[in-house]
Amino acid sequence: MGILVKNISKSYGKLTALSNISLDVKSGELYGLIGPDGAGKTTLFRILTTLMIADKGQATVAGFDVLNDYKSIRKSVGYMPGRFSLYQDLTVEENLNFFATIFGTTIAENYDLIKDIYVQIEPFKNRRAGKLSGGMKQKLALSCALIHKPKVLFLDEPTTGVDPVSRKEFWEMLKRLQQKGITILVSTPYMDEAALCDRIALIQGGKILEIDTPKAIVGHFPKPLYNISASNMYSLITSLSHYEHTYSVFPFGEFVHYTDKREAMNVEEIKSYLVQQGLTNIHIERTQPTIEDTFMELAK
Amino acid sequence: MKRFVGFVRKEFYHIFRDRRSLFILFGMPIAQILLFGFAITNEINNVDIAILDQANDVTSKEIINKIASSKHFSIVDIIQQESSIESIFKKGKVKAVLQFENNFGSNLIKEKQATVQILTDATDPNMANTINNYITSILKNYQQELNNTVSVDYQIVPQSRMVYNAELKSVYMFVPGVMTVILMLVSAMMTSISITREKEQGTMEILLVSPLKPFQVIVGKVFPYIFLSVINAVVIVLLSIFIFNVPVKGSLFLLGFESILFIITSLALGILISTISATQQTAMMISLMGLMLPTILLSGFIFPISSMPMPLQVISNIIPAKWFIIIVKGIMLKGVGIGFILKETLILFAMTLVFMGISVKKYKIRLE
Amino acid sequence: MMKAQNVIEVENLSKLFGDFAAVNQICFHVKAGEIFGFLGANGAGKTTAMKMLIGISSPSSGKATVAGFDVYKQTESIKKNIGYMSQKFALYDDLTVKENITFFGGIYGLSKKKIDQKRCELVEELGLQEVTNSLVASLPLGWKQKLAFSVSLLHEPKIVFLDEPTGGVDPITRRQFWELIYKAAHNGTTIFVTTHYMDEAEYCDRVSIMVNGKIEALDTPKKLKEQYKTDTMNDVFLKLARG
Repeated sequence: MGILVKNISKSYGKLTALSNISLDVKSGELYGLIGPDGAGKTTLFRILTTLMIADKGQATVAGFDVLNDYKSIRKSVGYMPGRFSLYQDLTVEENLNFFATIFGTTIAENYDLIKDIYVQIEPFKNRRAGKLSGGMKQKLALSCALIHKPKVLFLDEPTTGVDPVSRKEFWEMLKRLQQKGITILVSTPYMDEAALCDRIALIQGGKILEIDTPKAIVGHFPKPLYNISASNMYSLITSLSHYEHTYSVFPFGEFVHYTDKREAMNVEEIKSYLVQQGLTNIHIERTQPTIEDTFMELAK
Repeated sequence: MKRFVGFVRKEFYHIFRDRRSLFILFGMPIAQILLFGFAITNEINNVDIAILDQANDVTSKEIINKIASSKHFSIVDIIQQESSIESIFKKGKVKAVLQFENNFGSNLIKEKQATVQILTDATDPNMANTINNYITSILKNYQQELNNTVSVDYQIVPQSRMVYNAELKSVYMFVPGVMTVILMLVSAMMTSISITREKEQGTMEILLVSPLKPFQVIVGKVFPYIFLSVINAVVIVLLSIFIFNVPVKGSLFLLGFESILFIITSLALGILISTISATQQTAMMISLMGLMLPTILLSGFIFPISSMPMPLQVISNIIPAKWFIIIVKGIMLKGVGIGFILKETLILFAMTLVFMGISVKKYKIRLE
Repeated sequence: MMKAQNVIEVENLSKLFGDFAAVNQICFHVKAGEIFGFLGANGAGKTTAMKMLIGISSPSSGKATVAGFDVYKQTESIKKNIGYMSQKFALYDDLTVKENITFFGGIYGLSKKKIDQKRCELVEELGLQEVTNSLVASLPLGWKQKLAFSVSLLHEPKIVFLDEPTGGVDPITRRQFWELIYKAAHNGTTIFVTTHYMDEAEYCDRVSIMVNGKIEALDTPKKLKEQYKTDTMNDVFLKLARG
């Protein structure tokens, strides 16, 4: 009950949204599609949920072909599109009932599947969906996507625009869902969420950069990575940008992530260069690359 | 001042780069002028009339010739008996009947005067007046010519009778027309935004990725509005009867049935608009401009269709309101039964099926 | 050493909707040239507070001045002296890059000469030479955001308010955007920014975190991490917002 994507391409006029994309999601996997806006995530989702037809390539979802068997797919997947797409003028309960009914089931039948999520919004079950907060809307949308016990769950940027607390809670819910045997394909621009997936595909500009487990992806980072901090971030960045041996320098929180062009980096040499530029309080240490570092390196 | 100029310049950019606003600014006025110019006319042309010639003599035939050669009239039937008059009016085939009494010619010569009956369908009182005047003036002309050749003063006396609306009450014409327009507009507008609203709000995506079939969605959206529109129709009929004293000579049950049919036709038209519009704004605009204007102008509600140029007459046939107005006037003012309006009823029925069918076909099952 | 001036001063500022206090007596100040991060969960009151500071919403009670102007009585002066950029809207999609710059320059009251000068500088700095006559709608999101930020600085305002400026943008462009912010701050512009990216909170000189209408934390990122015994601002936020 997985997803198979083979050489999918899609363009809108002159704009190429997806270029020869291939990936596979194993049954029961929590798979992340990681990339910024415009990378092609939503387009791929729409093709897989049979809402759009690809220009080239094939794909199957739960064994059904997206082109010829679209009706079967539409009966057996759960879909949570990018922006909130439930009925704002229906209450929480009415929305849930509606989606249960059109899929030929009832809330009671699959309640255990959504229980963890639904209990958090149940106190508001008579409130109009339009009046819910962002975090609650998410939970309702997820419940509605799950109520008919889908084999595959498609979540398109479910945490975008939501604060870090709700995001964390949402991913905890996903992990619990995964244990119930549902295949989940999630897209997100937040690199820190990628670490929570079984496997991830990094996507940018319609192309796949890399596919692997989060741990292995970080292993793809080609060079040793260093944290450098100093008294003034701006001067630090400008100084390092002008340094002859710099391969990449990017701000990362209170540090700058630095990679050197050479095989072996000379810490003292850099330190003295920076002192020369008028910086003080300089710290340099080796650090582990994150998925974001790897993404940026592959996207160059 | 500079800020103001900068702002105005930006507004010009927006206007010229938006196809929709360009259409409103230039396209619509031109379309409207053409439509109004050709549709609105107080003249009558090619009005269908029937002749009952009980005299069958030289004079009556000469008058009939004159009428036949006038561009204002078109003789479509020659009836033999008085009893045929009622049914020909009920069928709506002619707008007037010209009746020559027996011995018309000999009466004219012997008594120096004879009468001609002009019976006019006054469900459209303005037109009835005009028809009456034109026929009378043709008769007067003939009379004049006759008197010029002979030195006697003959008199041809026209006797006018307004059928169905003796007092020429204009409300008899307006109420059925307004009822039609209101039912059509309200029904069509309500359904026209319903599918587009789902598209705009994004709920359409979820509906598509579900087992729901297109015809279930379409029929499901029409259904609730039927009840609501029926209430509208009932209110309008009650107001017409009790406040405007418009008679309902025919069967109320038949009126109800036909109204429901027309409502469904309008709702189906609205759904069709919904499936082809991307936004609610577009849907509303098409309903208002694409439906309201042609309905008011080309349905025969105010301006007689027969007086319009041929292309517009042809177009008027695809406007459901045209057929419904004939039905409503027939039932309310003429008291006809289903037999006389069978053709119009079937046309509405067929239109409904066609609109629904096209909607189901055009209902996009994907998001392109 | 000269004491840095306060460009924003807020004292017990509140905004009530009925009896619901969206903003509940907040107090803080922002120094000139500072990068100030204004954080909080959705619904915590950030946007409401920001609307009061940029002069488009009237407070219910309390005091505040922005660039020295009072938020009750001098909103027009505030608007003239600040720049604003939000994620939802910044530039007109159906105008070209050049037309947008010219338009906003005009709105801010810049002379034609100044607009031309600024436009050249901007295009040069952002590398937009190829697209000056393209509609903004055709630009990638990251370019739009960088351009919008630069446009908000056209009239060299003292303070720039940025409402989630980097939402959805790819990581590289995000950092390029922050380099522009750093540069502006270096040149003396005060930056008031809200964001959902907690790593961006680390770029700020000081950060405030709003929870349910009140400011529950206000300090440098370093001190906040020490105080809450965490390694990242993300964890500080989680600890605070969870209550």
